[in-house]
Amino acid sequence: MNLNEKTATELIKLLNSKACSAVEVITDVFSRIKKVEPEIEAFITLTEESAQKQAKEVDEKRARGEELGPLAGVPVAIKDVICTKGVKTTAASKILKDFVPTYDATVVKALQSAGAVFVGKTNLDEFAMGSSCETSYFKQTKNPCNTEYVPGGSSGGSAAAVAAHETVLALGTDTGGSVRLPAHFCGIAALRPTYGRVSRFGVIPMCSSFDQVGPMGKTVRDLELLFDVVKGADPKDATSFEHEDEKNAKFDIKSLKIGVPKEFFGEIIDPDVREQTLKFVEALKHSGAQVIEVSIPHIDYLLPTYYTISTIEVASNLARYSGTQFGFRSQTFKNLEEMYENTREEGLGAEAKRRIILGTFLSSAASGEDFLGRAIEAKRELAQAYSEVFEVCDLLVTPTSTTPAFKLGEVTDPEKMHATDLPTVGPSILAIPALTLPCGFAPNGLPVGAQLIGKRCEEQLLFEVGKFYEENCR
Amino acid sequence: MEYDVVIGLETHVELATKTKMYCGCKNVFGGRANSNCCEICLGMPGTLPTVNKKAVELAVKAGLAFGCRINTKTSFARKNYFYPDLPKSYQISQDSQPICQGGFLEILLENGQKSKRINLRQIHLEEDAGKLIHNEEFGVALVDYNRGGVPLIEVVTMPDLCSEQEVKAYLETLKNALVCLGVSDCRMQEGSMRCDVNISLKPAGSQQLGTRCEIKNVGSFSGAVRAVECEVARQKRILESGGEIEQITMRWDEEKGENVVMRKKEEALDYRYFEEPDIPVVELKESEIEQIRADLPELPNAKLARLIKDFDLLYVEANLLATSPEKCELFEELATALKCDAKKACNWILGDVTRILNERDAQLRESKLTASKLGELLLLIEEGQISNTAGKTVLEEIMWAEVTPQEVVAQKGLAQVSDEQALRAIAAEVLQENPQVQQLYAKGKTNILGFAVGQCMKRSGGRGNPVIFKEIIAKLITN
Repeated sequence: MNLNEKTATELIKLLNSKACSAVEVITDVFSRIKKVEPEIEAFITLTEESAQKQAKEVDEKRARGEELGPLAGVPVAIKDVICTKGVKTTAASKILKDFVPTYDATVVKALQSAGAVFVGKTNLDEFAMGSSCETSYFKQTKNPCNTEYVPGGSSGGSAAAVAAHETVLALGTDTGGSVRLPAHFCGIAALRPTYGRVSRFGVIPMCSSFDQVGPMGKTVRDLELLFDVVKGADPKDATSFEHEDEKNAKFDIKSLKIGVPKEFFGEIIDPDVREQTLKFVEALKHSGAQVIEVSIPHIDYLLPTYYTISTIEVASNLARYSGTQFGFRSQTFKNLEEMYENTREEGLGAEAKRRIILGTFLSSAASGEDFLGRAIEAKRELAQAYSEVFEVCDLLVTPTSTTPAFKLGEVTDPEKMHATDLPTVGPSILAIPALTLPCGFAPNGLPVGAQLIGKRCEEQLLFEVGKFYEENCR
Repeated sequence: MEYDVVIGLETHVELATKTKMYCGCKNVFGGRANSNCCEICLGMPGTLPTVNKKAVELAVKAGLAFGCRINTKTSFARKNYFYPDLPKSYQISQDSQPICQGGFLEILLENGQKSKRINLRQIHLEEDAGKLIHNEEFGVALVDYNRGGVPLIEVVTMPDLCSEQEVKAYLETLKNALVCLGVSDCRMQEGSMRCDVNISLKPAGSQQLGTRCEIKNVGSFSGAVRAVECEVARQKRILESGGEIEQITMRWDEEKGENVVMRKKEEALDYRYFEEPDIPVVELKESEIEQIRADLPELPNAKLARLIKDFDLLYVEANLLATSPEKCELFEELATALKCDAKKACNWILGDVTRILNERDAQLRESKLTASKLGELLLLIEEGQISNTAGKTVLEEIMWAEVTPQEVVAQKGLAQVSDEQALRAIAAEVLQENPQVQQLYAKGKTNILGFAVGQCMKRSGGRGNPVIFKEIIAKLITN
């Protein structure tokens, strides 16, 4: 039956009809893992024993006729920046290599209540900073579509695990594009929710103003399933809020107005990526959607605004990793200063250090400028530009990145690496939702994913458009 | 050369809430090290702060009492620095939109003869840090995070203070007000009130302020006074010898009795403040603020003024009552509802009642004394049924037992004898045995009467009415 290749939607049907058991599902997933994981290296920690226990419990509950959660028996992988009680959570960093939280993230608790079965903790760029999964302290995850290529980042492990059928669903985190970019590189679907719709409690922060937990899966329908379980206000997260998604409205493709911002289809975008994304737009147009060319000025504010705000917050969020009350501590020091310096020198990777130094500089009095103030001004102007565009259309379609997946070790210039985020940082800065779904392939066989950008809290519209495309246009 | 001293104070006060500022841990003093912390106040990865509403209320209460402007939109900010007692390596404080701005405290100087307004810059909310304990034996510093996350307000004055006496008066006024408001218990020995002192000197009358130095973490009123004295003397010495003041930060060392240098200007910390992204702007409703305003009690200084005016009390006695809420309540009930003589009520409360309480190191609420019992006692004395001396004996009983003054008088047979005949007999005896009384009185030493009355009181076992004794003796002598 090749259960590991099924979607969550399909598995739930099979499990409900008792065509298979949860134990059979997880066993098949783990035998797949044993086969491909040595090469793919998507996981930092595998939790096979507890997964088998959880699956058994689901089967027993079903046999007893007890009520089951909406994801009962479905295997889910968790990015290793989301805290799991009693299970090592490392943020792919040496400084947390042995850290075992005594608490679960709220999203983990939600998945437990829903009956999900946890496969393990997936690899990422250290502290969620990166676009290629190459800065992990532990291992290099490969792109299952071609193992000479990167899976994207920072949620590279989660994306690869889904693409390689080492899990059915996964949670990643998205700060500047970290679920969308790897989804595009690996040919799967991912959602960056509206900021605040999913709790951040227990999620090791990179940039607190932009971080969001994002569902990742094989189909948009699967994304919706997972999002419905993890969304919602959490009293432990003061930035979270409740919103009811309208599930019963009838979706009509003919009434859809799609905005295509010309600035995201110019020279900066790889021609293959551009071509596939435009084909996606054509397919929707062919089905009856209206396509409107729009313009978003100031896109050159996007990366500086994003990197100013995020590095300033990174410098602050990573300051607690000092070897004081938890985590790695250097063995060589003579006084407090040296303990701090040596612990962080030895424990943090190059990209983390780079962003801490940049963020410290940008927020310091010594820099002589109020960079944060300027970034906030730029953010205001960007918000104005996007809101004007959203007055004439319901959603935007852009490429997810300037490039398809690149080879391992190919991109060494940090600035070039950061530039791959250009199409994804906008929704992060503006706290609006964005969804990436596979829409084609580059000539070299690597996938291309189109990005749908919606108005605040309009995840449901993004789901409907994605599902329509999956069911009618592929 | 004469110098003006310019002082500004930043006082950190722990708030009387049930739980910590950003998590659900209990807000209690002491306990086994690290027994009162959770993943949030320990700054564990991924944890988030949530604001304690009660702390915000108490800050608003203090702000309203001091005439501050309350910011209905208030926000939090991160103050970033590395130190082992700060788990997140940043403190969540306030920066651009503190909860209260402006305001003032009225302080009284020279025993109430002078008053001075000390303006406030602001009051803001923040969290306390843990405590570092230096272990000399093992050459390590141990950290106890129990105190980490406890809610604080920081009360910041303008540089309006000019002397150590003013500093002391300000701290006392602030403490009494905050205790009266129920905002804090201000127990300096438990560290729930600490201050940082900023001092500079300038030539007398000059408009230009001098370079300011900071003395951190002063934990007692006497410490504050001495720290100021030391620093003023130090700065004077430097300026008078033609030197320049270097901007330094010091720490007051209570044991050494001196200010110890912590850091100099070049090492000054840049806190890189930015708005706390984990806490959205807190919005207060006008109705919430009005409710807090309506529940404000009368502040000690206002009470002090009223007691002096309405009851004709002296500053010293009014001040003692104003700063002792329970005794003041007792006094006011006696002086108004029970219509006792205010002066007498005040004397009894601040005199014998206080003495008896102090003997047992007790608070008034722990005794069995009520306004009606004390009022009854005062009435018995007023009517001459018992003497003042007997009254003290009665007081000892009614303080700790469920008995009325009448009952004690009856039990102990303390009723004053006012029967003229009986008293005359005793007075005659005393005068006979003490012929010098009449002699000295004839020479004009009229206060010998007091001695004679005393003798009569002794002979009557304290039960004679001293007023009548005096009259009788005076009559007998002059006849």
